[in-house]
Amino acid sequence: MKLTLKIWRQGGKYKGELVTYQLNDVNPHMSFLEMLDVLNEELIAKKESPVAFEHDCREGICGTCSMVINGYPHGPQAKTTTCQLHMRHFKDGDTIVIEPFRARAFPVVRDLVVDRAAFDRIIQAGGYISVNTGQAQDANSTPIEKDLSAHAFDAAECIGCGACVAACPNASAMLFVSAKVSHLALLPQGKPEAARRVQNMVKQMDAEGFGMCSNVTACEAECPKGISVTNIARLNREFISSEFGSETQV
Amino acid sequence: MNWFLQFLTSSIGRKVIMSLTGIFLILFLIVHLLGNLQLLHDDGGKAFNLYAKFMTTNPLVKTISYLLYLSILIHAVQGWAIWRKNRAARGAGYAVKVTRAVNTNARAASNMGWLGTVIFIFILIHLYQFWLQMKLNNLPMAEYDGKTAKDLYAIVAVAYQNLGYVVFYVVSMAVIAFHLAHGFQSAFQTLGLNHKKYTPAIRFLGRVYAIAVPALFALIPVYMYLFMN
Repeated sequence: MKLTLKIWRQGGKYKGELVTYQLNDVNPHMSFLEMLDVLNEELIAKKESPVAFEHDCREGICGTCSMVINGYPHGPQAKTTTCQLHMRHFKDGDTIVIEPFRARAFPVVRDLVVDRAAFDRIIQAGGYISVNTGQAQDANSTPIEKDLSAHAFDAAECIGCGACVAACPNASAMLFVSAKVSHLALLPQGKPEAARRVQNMVKQMDAEGFGMCSNVTACEAECPKGISVTNIARLNREFISSEFGSETQV
Repeated sequence: MNWFLQFLTSSIGRKVIMSLTGIFLILFLIVHLLGNLQLLHDDGGKAFNLYAKFMTTNPLVKTISYLLYLSILIHAVQGWAIWRKNRAARGAGYAVKVTRAVNTNARAASNMGWLGTVIFIFILIHLYQFWLQMKLNNLPMAEYDGKTAKDLYAIVAVAYQNLGYVVFYVVSMAVIAFHLAHGFQSAFQTLGLNHKKYTPAIRFLGRVYAIAVPALFALIPVYMYLFMN
């Protein structure tokens, strides 16, 4: 396959611009990241700086790969991370525009790499349960209703990649925060800290400068794990009931 | 900070304000529509004028009307503030911009600010043309069975003989339809009301409302222009 790539370069000699590259021999079985590896090998051979992009597991489970491909975070393929997107979904002769995730809360570090530490700070604000470590308890000692555990599992699928923020016209982090709040709030282990957790996480989300949710649902459409916006409704419920129905104030 | 103020200024609290004022405006539109449909009554405006008199003199309705003015202002001002903040949150934009959505109209959903601004301008013109003229006592008086009422019907009938105004009115209703197509169901989602059993009904009702109510509003000037000359 022959491809024309327009890639956002920022850092080093690049002030921040789309730079055009030609690739003449792309194997359709390559993943998108392997295609970029090939480009970088060519750039290194020409003594040019390679395109910086993030990747880790390349199995679609770590949430490290990012980038916006032709306007779609993780590319146009539904429920697929960039590393699991294969070149057979593109056509010979295609022009592909590759940009970093865009949000004020995700500053560009270099080229396609953005700093997503804002998500870490939101998790630090309350996205955990406090338990003493010790012997693992028996698997079925705490009965959990089937639907609740299914919803909690669905929410826990979130890999924290930030595609929701990249897709949202408002750069809102509500889908991420709602998934984290939901998967803990639905389970008995998460209940004791639920009221404090939701207030702390929303407060941190607001402090990071993410936008507000206007229910566009672009986040769900682009989420590589298909996290549903029903979680956002649950986050709203949790937040409203925590503010009005509990004595907690953070 | 006081917990209630903290809630109202949080991102979710600000959206809850948008949702509650929005739902109030949705309910108001139904009352407004039922009143306006009396314009189609071919009685020289008797039913409409007596209704208008009731709506402007009944103390309960007057109290609710102040709540209405306040809701429009809060919905507009808060909406603009959120719009501004959300644009700033994006920062540098994308070279290629696509918005896909699930279960809503992506184009309407991502342009609520523009749609709302057009609606606000429409409301200002609309209020100036009818409401303000009535408040300033610029209307002739009409007499029905010994009772006098301001002849609001007279200026409405004159306005709807103007093709330009009829077109402006119909286009504004189309804008309101798009705003409602997203806003109706969005208001419920913001309040956390998303449920496997009820949400499909809310979405269906939202679609019906967003089409039917603006269409009936738009029908009035079109009908009066064509058939009530």
